Amino acid sequence: MGADQSLRNRFESGLAAPICLTWELTYACNLACTHCLSSSGRRDPMELSTDEAKALIDEIAAMQIFYINIGGGEPMIRRDFFELVEHAVNQKVGVKFSTNGTRIDEAAAIRLAAIDYLDIQISIDGADATTSDRIRGEGSYAQARTAMDNLKAANFGQFKISVVMTRDSIEQLDEFEALAQHYGAELRLTRLRPSGRGVDVWDALHPTREQNRRLYQWLLERPNVLTGDSFFHLSALGDPLEGLNLCGAGRVVCLIDPVGEVYACPFVIHDEFKAGNVRDAGFAAVWTSSELFRSLREPGNPGACVSCGSYDACRGGCMAAKFFTGLELTDPDPECVFGHGETALENKRVAVALRPTPSPDHSKRVPVAITSR
Amino acid sequence: MALDFDASAPWKLSDQVSIRDEAFGALAYHHGNRRLVFLKSVELVALVRSLEGFTSADEAIDAVVPVGQHQRYVRALASLVKSEILNGR
Repeated sequence: MGADQSLRNRFESGLAAPICLTWELTYACNLACTHCLSSSGRRDPMELSTDEAKALIDEIAAMQIFYINIGGGEPMIRRDFFELVEHAVNQKVGVKFSTNGTRIDEAAAIRLAAIDYLDIQISIDGADATTSDRIRGEGSYAQARTAMDNLKAANFGQFKISVVMTRDSIEQLDEFEALAQHYGAELRLTRLRPSGRGVDVWDALHPTREQNRRLYQWLLERPNVLTGDSFFHLSALGDPLEGLNLCGAGRVVCLIDPVGEVYACPFVIHDEFKAGNVRDAGFAAVWTSSELFRSLREPGNPGACVSCGSYDACRGGCMAAKFFTGLELTDPDPECVFGHGETALENKRVAVALRPTPSPDHSKRVPVAITSR
Repeated sequence: MALDFDASAPWKLSDQVSIRDEAFGALAYHHGNRRLVFLKSVELVALVRSLEGFTSADEAIDAVVPVGQHQRYVRALASLVKSEILNGR
């Protein structure tokens, strides 16, 4: 879906409702991935109730939001997961949900296969157990593969295999493609962001400039590989990649968290980017009237990128990637293809300790060993 | 692309498609193939919605869009047929 320039300008000033609405159903998770965007683990006691969640779905349907992206945490952990999914699809609100697959046993796969307007993304972080489990925890790769086997056996149809591009997984692009082919699945690759717990691993795991260049070429040759518009910062390398190629935060994209807080995008769960709560006056009020979203719909400020000939292609990159690495929003993306972000980071290296941390942290509390003196 | 599209035939919006109005025109989403399509003018939106009331696309275009833009809208409809937003009837 290549968009022309005038349409992109329209999108930058915002839409009547989001195109891409992500709703993290719960912060509860049975895994503890090192790069979790939402710092998930423990359920928040203030989580939206079933009735509140259904009312939100009704509002989403009324706003003619065509589909919602459900994530978490692990969304299938919620007891009312199927009830909510069915409530949405019965009103023709499609559901695309992200899961670690651990809850997709044979029975769940059969139930999922019977639902129309439902898409599933199963996450892995490597094409083999060693690589993937290093991030997602021991046994998680095998469980994800079992889920894929179960969906295939249940004739679910085409599901998606979703992979975050790290310094390790980016070396396995062809293996991921082969795995997707094996299942008749679609491959979806997304960018590692320094958001949530990702801030702790970003320095060590974000792709090198050379790896990003290879990824760009690989994606250009494969327009069918999905990216959720993740890699628009790489479009500065030449022809634009598939997608809108803009930061959609607060314009075409937003996030609702498990307790109803609305954030500008799934990668900025932080007070600075909080637009309001659906519990106050509903979601539509936040989308149309929040001060934060209005300011995000103003024309972007190219800042330090103003003299770069590629600003039109990359639009200065990802807001979240800048914010959580301690850069200003007017700085270049930390993974700027020309290295301007690395320079900006080096200039601020002294302040690394002052990087913003995610506001709500639902990570499981790890027991601390008590040492005797 | 326009070759696959017969503007003298009757067409309609697919039952699988939802349309949401936007300032620039509208978004059209096909719930079956999951494609999101941009209808980039309010005239095109009006045309798409009116198709079912006419015996051919040509007739609808003449009734709805400004004179002199007939071919442009034939091309636009042809591309909507390709993405299954429109069906024959």
